[in-house]
Amino acid sequence: MSVVTIQLGQCGNQVGQELFDIICNDAEQSQRKTYSTSCSARFFRPTSKGDLVARAVLVDMEPKVINQSMNKAVKSGRWRYGEDSHFSQKQGSGNNWANGYCVLGPRHKDAVEELVRQEVERCDALAGFIPVMSVAGGTGSGVGTYVTQCLRDIYPTSFILNHLTWPYGTGEVIVQNYNSVLTLAHLYQLSDAMLVHENDTVHKICSQLLNIKQISFSDINMVIAHQLGGVLQPALTPDSYGVYSRNPLGELVSALACHPEYKLLSVSTVPQMPSSSIAFSTFSWPALLKHLRQMLISNTRMEVERTRSLTQGGFNTSLANLLILRGKDVYSAETGGFEDPAIYTPWLRSEEAFSLWKSPVSFDKYEKFATLVSNSQALLRPLDDMVRKAWNMFASRAYIHQYIKYNISEEDFLDSFTSLEQVISSYGQLQC
Amino acid sequence: MFTLQCGKQRSCKSTGSGLGTRVLSLLEEEFPDVCRIVTAVYPSAEDDVITSPYNTVLAMQELTEHADCVLPVENQSLLDILNKIDAMSYGTKLGPGVKRNNCVTSGGSRLSGAQKPFDAMNNIVANLLLNITSSTRFEGSLNMDLNEIAMNLVPFPRLHYLVPSLTPLYSLADVSIPTKRLDQMFSDAFSKDHQLIRANLKHSLFLASALMVRGDVHMSDLRRNIERLRSSLPFVSWNQEGWKTGLCSVPPVGHSHSMLALSNNTCVKATFMELRDSFTKLYKKKAHLHHYLHVDGMEQSIFSEALSSLTGLIEDYHHLDVSKSRLQRDTPRLRIATGSSS
Repeated sequence: MSVVTIQLGQCGNQVGQELFDIICNDAEQSQRKTYSTSCSARFFRPTSKGDLVARAVLVDMEPKVINQSMNKAVKSGRWRYGEDSHFSQKQGSGNNWANGYCVLGPRHKDAVEELVRQEVERCDALAGFIPVMSVAGGTGSGVGTYVTQCLRDIYPTSFILNHLTWPYGTGEVIVQNYNSVLTLAHLYQLSDAMLVHENDTVHKICSQLLNIKQISFSDINMVIAHQLGGVLQPALTPDSYGVYSRNPLGELVSALACHPEYKLLSVSTVPQMPSSSIAFSTFSWPALLKHLRQMLISNTRMEVERTRSLTQGGFNTSLANLLILRGKDVYSAETGGFEDPAIYTPWLRSEEAFSLWKSPVSFDKYEKFATLVSNSQALLRPLDDMVRKAWNMFASRAYIHQYIKYNISEEDFLDSFTSLEQVISSYGQLQC
Repeated sequence: MFTLQCGKQRSCKSTGSGLGTRVLSLLEEEFPDVCRIVTAVYPSAEDDVITSPYNTVLAMQELTEHADCVLPVENQSLLDILNKIDAMSYGTKLGPGVKRNNCVTSGGSRLSGAQKPFDAMNNIVANLLLNITSSTRFEGSLNMDLNEIAMNLVPFPRLHYLVPSLTPLYSLADVSIPTKRLDQMFSDAFSKDHQLIRANLKHSLFLASALMVRGDVHMSDLRRNIERLRSSLPFVSWNQEGWKTGLCSVPPVGHSHSMLALSNNTCVKATFMELRDSFTKLYKKKAHLHHYLHVDGMEQSIFSEALSSLTGLIEDYHHLDVSKSRLQRDTPRLRIATGSSS
């Protein structure tokens, strides 16, 4: 079954291009034909010339980034985007969610829907959609939310997994917290689940684990794409009976997002090190899994005092976890540590809360590679920060006239704040 | 985007301010959805057009009502910048890294006593415009176009006067710039020497700031410098992280990197108060008023309205200034009723 990816805005188009690159690379490097075939079918379509074309639609309100992404793909020599699979304008969204959602989205609805429809028709079977977008700007966030709404309307039974990049806490876009609040509140009603990467967290991976001295967005995007690859590449699931799963999005959603109040998913992967060090390292499953479990429960994002008030504890409680193991000796890996009831909310049995997928094929250059997708309190603190800052700004009504100009009212803001306070409250009480 | 002059440049006294602002309101009528960013040249104190305060205040009402953003530029600041470049290019303290004749103005400048080098001064303003449009014209890892500038830097509709500052003022011949020099670029952007109006950013309150960086600068350099500078730059309580950033890969010709800072800062209040005082000095005595009232369609009420608009603007900035010393705590959050009793 095939996944249709929709790349929205600068971030979405940059991340998406890196993702397809990693997936294509991984598929080609693999020695196992069933893996490569499954992977290619999922994310690419073959053409009459025999080259691989990404099952993707590229959308942006200005042309430069799409052009860059398409050129980079062609330069790789291994895959490319469809020549007509993109839509762009000249003016941009001005970092204004209301402009993206109320004006530009509806204005270009038909054109974008047509591109998606063409891509869907080229799939033998549709596994679902992955809109890739940031929440801070105007196109990814505003147009992205509108497009997600259109997808939900036209394909009501398809799975929609949004990939969201959350901005740095400081210094990218001044109105980023408004745009984020509006996006998240709306997507909560539309999306099956949201897979989130935060720039701050990825930045720490780059500086502390990958030893990159001067970090650029290109580095950030590659780490994000790499972690996503660990999630999305073919794997054997409990429901797939010995073949690579044909319903990856559906199985991911049912493993992790069983309750409508809890849709925020975070990703961690081990090992994570400069590629130059990989050849000199040895990996054992017990060590990798112990490390991953420790990362989950301590969740280095959480500083103790602040979190205590949010979670009444400081310990990261999970609703559900999905562990994906790739590489050598996956069948003998001992994963009991992730079935410990102590790390889960008391109102689900740990057997229901924990899912395990495996692939005997190694991912990237790693002999053993583990990905953990978590529905837990890991994003609670960043979400709370986002809402707190947006609320403080809203209290002074700063910038609100820019949104009202495009038909988003104070009422709409209040509705979004209310929805997200509900989400914060729900996650805050997971350990009860 | 267009530029208008409120004071004297060449032989235009009031064409820029009068005709320019009329064009502005026409643009708003015809193209209401298109962003209007105006570079406005403000007169210096010793401007030799006597009625320039009238022209300026009348123009300002139009700018306040009809522009999305205004980038005020003062002739005196442009002159000061040229003098600094001169001193660096031709002075004894010539460092190994300074290239002659490759500075922000074309072909250097030779200042004689009475003559103002308008070409060189205009060149600086042209550079401002080049920088502000760089992300629209070239690619980069974090694009920032004109609409985004207006969106992020204007929290309240009338408070849209943005202080521009440009660095560097001279080129560095050294290609592999050590980090110290790069960081210096960020510090310079907030120093008075690099601003295009004379006002003290650091002693007033920032409402928002945008940094448009061009060239071989990584996002981590940008973030490191924002962290470094934050503590010395006071931001309004509801916008403590009020930074909008852009990274454009292509630097200006002859430089390896450059930066434009646009700051929405209450320091403009001082500039406007000076302007109001010069206006009032003339207006009280009705000096030269008849020249204006002779023109069809001009009435005295237009003057009093313009003065009142300026006064209102000054009060708006003052109101925010006063909040600077107040300790702001987080606004109480919405409380959600929960089903369970905890």
